Amino acid sequence: MAIAISIPTILRTYTDGAKSVEASGSTLAEVIADLESRFPGIAERLLDDGALRRFVNVYINDEDVRFLGGVDAPISDGDAVTVLPAVAGGS
Amino acid sequence: MLTISREVVEAIIAHARADHPDEACGVVAGPAGTDRPERFIPMVNAARSPTFYEFDSLDLLRLYREMDANDEEPVVIYHSHTATQAYPSRTDISYASEPGAHYVLVSTREPVEVEFRSYRIVDGQVTEEPVTIVEAAGE
Repeated sequence: MAIAISIPTILRTYTDGAKSVEASGSTLAEVIADLESRFPGIAERLLDDGALRRFVNVYINDEDVRFLGGVDAPISDGDAVTVLPAVAGGS
Repeated sequence: MLTISREVVEAIIAHARADHPDEACGVVAGPAGTDRPERFIPMVNAARSPTFYEFDSLDLLRLYREMDANDEEPVVIYHSHTATQAYPSRTDISYASEPGAHYVLVSTREPVEVEFRSYRIVDGQVTEEPVTIVEAAGE
């Protein structure tokens, strides 16, 4: 069963250039673990010590997962996950 | 090299001036694969800070969905420095995540003169590039 994950340009080096991949899991943490099993190295780019990196945004459908419980956010088949690096900086 | 219309350059500078002393930020999208910055999209600096900028997370999602639907890319990602030169800071470099984009920096530290410079930021490496301003897009 599938959850569609949209991969940003900068992480497509891990997915052989694919813009979108499928994964399974019932929480975001499980989905990321499933991605890592097929695309080694990708989890490190998303997580720091098991929590989402500050400057990586992950959305389930239209919601930022930070408001849904972070890596514990529940996911169901048919959900769409979007990963977008924050656009940020400073002087 | 960045080739950009005068109209878009002026819109970026006007946005930077308007938000001064906070940093201003935004994108100029263009048709995928063309490297032509055509659609000026000013963004809200969710940090509302003179030393930091960040797109609001839901604005960011909407922006990328919209660009995807239009088959566009973020050709230019711009922001202003309001008290320092128009050169990428260490923070800018560490968060830069669009290797295909032109990172435009505008400095509003001088009241009259505005510095407008463009860079590629790839794997932590900054390369300044020349900017060619044309009178209208596509000419």
